[in-house]
Amino acid sequence: MAAVRSNAQKIGHRLAIAAVIAITIVMLSPIYWIASTAFKPRSLATTVPPTVVFSPEVTPFIKLFTKRVQLQKKPDQATYDEAPWWEKKIYDAGERVLKVAGGPQMSAYPSRFLNSLIIAVTSTFLAVAMGTITAYGFSRFKIAGEADLLFFILSTRMLPPVVVAIPMFLMYRVVGLVDTHIGLIILYTAFNLSFSVWLMKGFMDEIPKEYEEAALVDGYTRIEAFFKIVLPEAATGIAATAVFCFITAWNEYAFALMMTNKEAQTAPPFIPAQLGSGITDWTAIAAGTLLFLLPVSIFTFLLRNHLLRGVTFGAIRK
Amino acid sequence: MIATLKPDSSHALRGLSDLRIRNLFIIPTIIFLIVFNIFPLIYSLGYSFYDYSAAGSEEPVFVGLQNYRDLLSDPNIWNNFTVTAKYVIISVGGQVLVGFGVALLLNRTLPAKGLITTLLLLPMMMSAAVVGLFWQLLYSPSWGVINYVFGLGDFAWLSDADAALWAVAITDIWMWAPFVMLLSLAGLSAVPKHLYEAASIDRASGWYTFSRITLPLVSPLLLIAIIFRTMEAFKTFDIAFIMSTQPTTEVIAIRLYKFAFQEWQTGKSCALAYIVLIMVVAITNIYVKYLNQVKER
Repeated sequence: MAAVRSNAQKIGHRLAIAAVIAITIVMLSPIYWIASTAFKPRSLATTVPPTVVFSPEVTPFIKLFTKRVQLQKKPDQATYDEAPWWEKKIYDAGERVLKVAGGPQMSAYPSRFLNSLIIAVTSTFLAVAMGTITAYGFSRFKIAGEADLLFFILSTRMLPPVVVAIPMFLMYRVVGLVDTHIGLIILYTAFNLSFSVWLMKGFMDEIPKEYEEAALVDGYTRIEAFFKIVLPEAATGIAATAVFCFITAWNEYAFALMMTNKEAQTAPPFIPAQLGSGITDWTAIAAGTLLFLLPVSIFTFLLRNHLLRGVTFGAIRK
Repeated sequence: MIATLKPDSSHALRGLSDLRIRNLFIIPTIIFLIVFNIFPLIYSLGYSFYDYSAAGSEEPVFVGLQNYRDLLSDPNIWNNFTVTAKYVIISVGGQVLVGFGVALLLNRTLPAKGLITTLLLLPMMMSAAVVGLFWQLLYSPSWGVINYVFGLGDFAWLSDADAALWAVAITDIWMWAPFVMLLSLAGLSAVPKHLYEAASIDRASGWYTFSRITLPLVSPLLLIAIIFRTMEAFKTFDIAFIMSTQPTTEVIAIRLYKFAFQEWQTGKSCALAYIVLIMVVAITNIYVKYLNQVKER
């Protein structure tokens, strides 16, 4: 930058910094609000004016994982004293944890969270594995109608979920895949595969052909060269692609809503559905939301240098 | 060097030939996508010519183009398309204004610029379902933060026929303006510094510099962002579906969902799906054309 700056430029620069800070605060405030609600006592979650300062507590997270009912009368002192810390918190909140065979009854949240994890991880693995070899094929070999094939592959990603879900639902019903993990895994793999091919093709194109050619001259077969030379070179790209696929599958709502209702239901359709059930306890919902957002937020930071590439299907690199 | 790439080369003869490997690497993916994306679409194309309900026990009855005729002459469907168009204009317009605006502000030396940029990108990485949910908390009429901050009393955003679409669009803008920002930033950082220096030596006005240097150089990436967001906004389902039950926010994807999974008019829903599909493929074509134009190298 020019060393000599006019006063007007300096003021402009400071104003811009102030604006950036203000915008960042405004943009992040909804996230802050949901995060802070997850640590509020229930009585402070829906106050007017909104409560900003409060002493945080973990009760909403205990509520999130347990099934509870309203306390009819206070537990006697002995019962209260014997209860573990988390149960005391629920008593303090005027509720009682339901028990089954000695242990607390778990809410549906942990199982939905686990479903999300199983389905996202499996479909990511499949989409990235297939996407990587396909991208290698497109990157290294001459293929008749390559551009058309690549367009075909990408276009399958662009289809509105509802449009695909209607016939898939009818077909799944015939073969018994409605509300199964496998059913969603197949859908998410198909959905992410096109993305994974496009993104990985960009990464493959960046690996110099000469590396494998040298290996082939040294007596490697093409397959050996692919596994021993190309894959290690593509590791960063594969990792970035995997994280993107994971986030997409983790966040997906429409397919999950239409294809699952209980056994294989993932967290995205489950979390909003809690709103309609009984009296809304926003603190527990906020706790569930926060836990669900956590992995994605961490991944976003890990991915920060690849975000541009990811959102443009590998077409634009920095 | 060239010989090794030919399928009949001596090296490739050991192990699989290149041709074999190519097919082995590519064909499974193509088959997978045909089976799980294209075949279902052929299946639903068939049903679009039938009067059929997946919930009933009656056999499908062939009705030819009747479903399409009914849909295209149904004012309610046109209303859904109008709502969708409004939604696309408001939300993509808002995303471009906010996203490009913030990118302009960020395009300078700033302390902790990388951190701020990543923080600003967080919303677009989140699940639309969850975003829709927690914006409901913010929009709550009696105790919502938005009404409190703007002094709107107990204005019911999401049950007001006119405001609901705006409320949903604002949520979408919050979530996706970062996308436009990301692409704009990439475009802005590629503008050569010497152009600005030359402009400042020539004492060009700020507006002149912006409209003659910045905008033309950023526009290819901005255009990609706009087309992509238009395509996505056209297909939008989750945020609107979760946040509002107002008819004024019933975008076409929600109508489609209701036909298919609530009213079980399977035949009709397949026909509507095809109408939507053709529109999406058209926009996708435009998008990929521009993407290939801008693609580096």
